[in-house]
Amino acid sequence: MYEKYIPLHQVHIGKTCIIKELKATGSQRRRLLDLGFTQDTPITVIRRSPLGDPTAYLIKKSIIALRQEEASKILVEIIRN
Amino acid sequence: MGLTCNACKRKAMQDTYHIKKSNPNQMIIALAGNPNTGKSTIFNELTGLKQHTGNWPGKTVTNAWGIFKHKNQEFILVDLPGTYSLFPNSAEEEIARDFICFSKPDATVIVVDASCLERNLNLVLQIIEITHTVILCVNLLDEARRKKIKVDLEKLSVELGIPVVGTIARDKKGLEDLKDIIYKVCSKKIIPHPKMTTYPKEIEDEIQKLIPMIEPLVKNKINPRWVALQMLDGDLKILEKITNYPNCKGGCHDVRL
Amino acid sequence: MMSDYSHTLSADQFRDHIVTSLYKRAKEIEEAVVTYSKENKSTLDDKIDSILTSRLFGFPIMLLILALIFWITIVGANFPSKILADLLFSLEDKLTELFINFNAPSRLHGIVILGMYRTAAWVISVMLPPMAIFFPCFTLLEDLGYLPRVAFNLDRIFKKAGAHGKQALTMAMGFGCNAAGVISSRIIDSPRERLIAILTNNFVPCNGRFPTLIAISMILIGASSDSLLNSLFASGLVVLLILLGIAMTFLISFIASKSFLKGTPSRFSLELPPYRKPQIGKIIIRSIFDRTLFVLGRAVAVALPAGAITWLLANISIGNTTILNHIANFLDPFALWIGLDGVILLAFFLGLPANEIVLPIIFMIYLSTGSMIEIDSIEEMRQLFLAKGWTHLTCLNVMLFSLLHFPCGTTLWTIKKETQSVKWALASFIIPTLTAILICFISTQIASLFF
Repeated sequence: MYEKYIPLHQVHIGKTCIIKELKATGSQRRRLLDLGFTQDTPITVIRRSPLGDPTAYLIKKSIIALRQEEASKILVEIIRN
Repeated sequence: MGLTCNACKRKAMQDTYHIKKSNPNQMIIALAGNPNTGKSTIFNELTGLKQHTGNWPGKTVTNAWGIFKHKNQEFILVDLPGTYSLFPNSAEEEIARDFICFSKPDATVIVVDASCLERNLNLVLQIIEITHTVILCVNLLDEARRKKIKVDLEKLSVELGIPVVGTIARDKKGLEDLKDIIYKVCSKKIIPHPKMTTYPKEIEDEIQKLIPMIEPLVKNKINPRWVALQMLDGDLKILEKITNYPNCKGGCHDVRL
Repeated sequence: MMSDYSHTLSADQFRDHIVTSLYKRAKEIEEAVVTYSKENKSTLDDKIDSILTSRLFGFPIMLLILALIFWITIVGANFPSKILADLLFSLEDKLTELFINFNAPSRLHGIVILGMYRTAAWVISVMLPPMAIFFPCFTLLEDLGYLPRVAFNLDRIFKKAGAHGKQALTMAMGFGCNAAGVISSRIIDSPRERLIAILTNNFVPCNGRFPTLIAISMILIGASSDSLLNSLFASGLVVLLILLGIAMTFLISFIASKSFLKGTPSRFSLELPPYRKPQIGKIIIRSIFDRTLFVLGRAVAVALPAGAITWLLANISIGNTTILNHIANFLDPFALWIGLDGVILLAFFLGLPANEIVLPIIFMIYLSTGSMIEIDSIEEMRQLFLAKGWTHLTCLNVMLFSLLHFPCGTTLWTIKKETQSVKWALASFIIPTLTAILICFISTQIASLFF
């Protein structure tokens, strides 16, 4: 049921969500995994660059910025508060 | 055999990494860790200005090593590139992995940020699969304290099966303890018994299938389980590296004592 | 051996399983050993970030800091540069006396003192002070954790050119010294973007080229009087040139990423580490040893042989002209075609060891002095250039060529070391040189339409 998952770049600032699937492949996927973008990890959208891209995310207590290209390949589920 | 192997190991270390032992009793310590963990502060504090820099062979990554002394024992501290992982995705990771795996340092110190343990432990868990002589250095304890984070170092040591030292490198706190532990691990007064990670059954099955094929190739020099993991991860060059590595190229097997 | 072995999972799936298991265990261990007294939020970092990377303040603060570093460097370097120059040149006099006392042949004195020593002294006195100020300032920002924020702010612009946001930092470093800029490209972990940063670094003028650009722009504006308006115009012109250099950086980055570097792998991730209190003492020691002395050592190593060669060319005659003039005459037709003259072009080539010595070489050839000299007053320079037939176009083209031409010998050497490839060092010589020739040719053609 991928429909209920949305790509990370569409999540609004301040929202926390759970990583559900990585669409990235090859070296991009490996890098994301090493940085901790593994399944079921919570991730919070912190802020966007003044020019709108990249976006900074809080994941496993570090702030990592990703471009829209990378973020769009990470499918997440938003946590409803 | 042990002696010659050590002799050519030293030679290989000099040729491959431009690391020069000025006397044969010096111990080699690898310093690993994620970026931004204060690893370079530890390196600078331990070695002072007695540092040498260059490039890793054939790579565009800087190589830095320096010397420190503790209880009349000299140590060569090799600063590995800061990486998030040891699965080779970049030149940095490949260097760090190859050095720990093939150059067989006498001990490997892993620096972690006390405030980001989970992220940092990923690298620690990977390294203990390669080598047993691992020391964990939990740095930036002051920052953690400010964030009201408390780390139970003894429990961490039990969980991982390796010695753990807490430090605040920029205030020079804990560094004497760190040197003590390094000394004890190198002189076999402490023998770490790292606890490996168990993988899901489908992976463990594959590992078990591969190990009998790998064992005759690595001849007890390298943990076959770890080699199997690297191969499953898609790195088939690892076998080639094991057989070709300069470590034993210098006639290690021919010139036995 | 692998051929008779097959498994059902792909490498990607294996990696997923492995990394997921590792992180799962990491999480379990963390939960077992770490206790939080309260909900942990690094609120101060967050507040700083919300200012330094905000839409409103992000860019102004960045420009302000960059301007401040330049200002500190330029103002702060003036005085020590002068002292160093006085010191080294008084030592030259002492050495000359020594040569005379020992009855050394004058040609030996020429090569060693007037050639090698003077060039090296020049390079040291011009390069050392600004680098010794600029690099610690930069390392300070690095230690504070500010630099990744700059990359974060600017990445989108660089992405459009196929480059990495961190290239902003390597470019800023290039203002201090292109060789240092090239070394700093190590921070870019994506192979393609890193090469782009290395190949285009020389389009930002380093502190060896700034004095040339400023002097010529003063001449071009006609700043015979030191009026505020004139110096404003002159610095405005230099700013325009810098902007042109940045534009060229983006253009060449774009072309490279779309052509010969197309297939090179690329990825993006940028950690924004916590802000940390810098260790001032360590910063100074590290930036002096790791950067300043390192770059200076290479510069002197290149300057010594180049100084000897320049002196020999200027002092050996074939017929009744020096070899230097023969070469200048030979280069003349081509140089005129791109709006320069043979002497200028030759000076750029002889200035390969360090861009600082280009103007002194031009004076040396024009005045047939046989060794490098410096002219202090802009007016004197202007008179000399006018006498040698310089026009507004010549001034403009000298600045354009200086901005866009091949990087100095130290930088080329560094590129070779960093890329471990002669090919890329060669490319970083050829690409800017062709760019410089093309742009100068275009400006000459446009000028010829109007005048």
